[in-house]
Amino acid sequence: MKIDALYNYVLRMGDDSLILGQRLGEWCGHGPILEEDIAVTNISLDLIGQAMSLLDYAGELEGTGKDHDALAFLRFEHEYRNALLLEQPNGDFADTMVRQFLFDAFRKPLYEKLIGSSDAQLSAIAEKSLKETRYHLKHSSEWVIRLGDGTEESHERAQKALDNLWRYTDELFSETQEDESLVLAGIAPSMKEVKAIWLETIKTVFSEATLQIPTNNLKFEGGRKGVHSEHLGYLLADLQYMQRAYPNMKW
Amino acid sequence: MVSKENIIAWLEEVCDPEIPVLSLKDLGVLRQVDQINGQWIITITPTYSGCPAMKTMEVDIIKKLHEYGIENARVEHVLSPAWTTDWLSDSGRSKLREFGIAPPEDEVDKSVLFADPTIVPCPKCGSRETKMVSQFGSTACKAHYQCLSCQEPYDYFKCLK
Repeated sequence: MKIDALYNYVLRMGDDSLILGQRLGEWCGHGPILEEDIAVTNISLDLIGQAMSLLDYAGELEGTGKDHDALAFLRFEHEYRNALLLEQPNGDFADTMVRQFLFDAFRKPLYEKLIGSSDAQLSAIAEKSLKETRYHLKHSSEWVIRLGDGTEESHERAQKALDNLWRYTDELFSETQEDESLVLAGIAPSMKEVKAIWLETIKTVFSEATLQIPTNNLKFEGGRKGVHSEHLGYLLADLQYMQRAYPNMKW
Repeated sequence: MVSKENIIAWLEEVCDPEIPVLSLKDLGVLRQVDQINGQWIITITPTYSGCPAMKTMEVDIIKKLHEYGIENARVEHVLSPAWTTDWLSDSGRSKLREFGIAPPEDEVDKSVLFADPTIVPCPKCGSRETKMVSQFGSTACKAHYQCLSCQEPYDYFKCLK
């Protein structure tokens, strides 16, 4: 039972990294400036690397011999467990950076707490990934501030991005009943604690960026249960094309 | 009879494919060499999770050992303890500088959100009047800087702790 709970937990984290990594990769060759083209794809690479570690571990826990490739390329839409936030389209640069910041500010404290996990492999992945995530958070928070506290146009767009994405943030912290067994076993931290740190970070940065945190209580969720928005199917079609068209191909 | 020391010495000839002046040992990526049931097991750790050079390093290690007649070897990966730029050897640091890449500087704690970019001296002229162009550079492990004295653009092997 605990193995199942841990498998689902690790799979969710792996899918979050994979799907956001794939989204960021779409910026390759389309960045607003060369440096950002390189930065965003670097972050994409880190996230896909983290997804490889997480999905390999999920495969090991599941015990049917699946590796990261099998999990990344050969599942159907409803089998992915990423939060809806991460599959949202890139939109303009403000949409991408606000989405990235909301996620980085969540991932950093999650990894910090997972280093203390009683599960050695999860702790090792967290220790490795945290170092990269610190750079990601610094990058996305600086952009949120630059855009929010920039020109009238950039402020307006950043605020619009935040208003649009806010409804997806709650799902990052959702916990299932089986997660409680992981918290009790010291494997996973309580999401309430992670959320408290996240809130503090985003309040600091959004205030510096002169952006207003939305006050509406509209909440969208479903990704954690495999119920996705229409955007995921298109993303997966792109991601999986080669393996679906030429099964077992390698290069 | 091949010893562990032989293997380690031969592996010194394997370099980072993207920074060919650094051996895997200089880089601190080579973690362990063991012999189990006649098979050599070479353990390496990634610098960054998604570093595409890892796969090439793996192939290069096997190829190098083949050259010395070792057929029975396998490469394993380990994540913990996580690689840090502190593991770059001193010779590795000077080789980087000669190659035109600024070696990692001790940086302030990255948990501080609004810290100023680190001062990274120019590897060409040594000036401290430099600016960070982007925190992300030509590979996952580097940032992009420019010297304001001699105008040289250069890579900085960024500090990872």
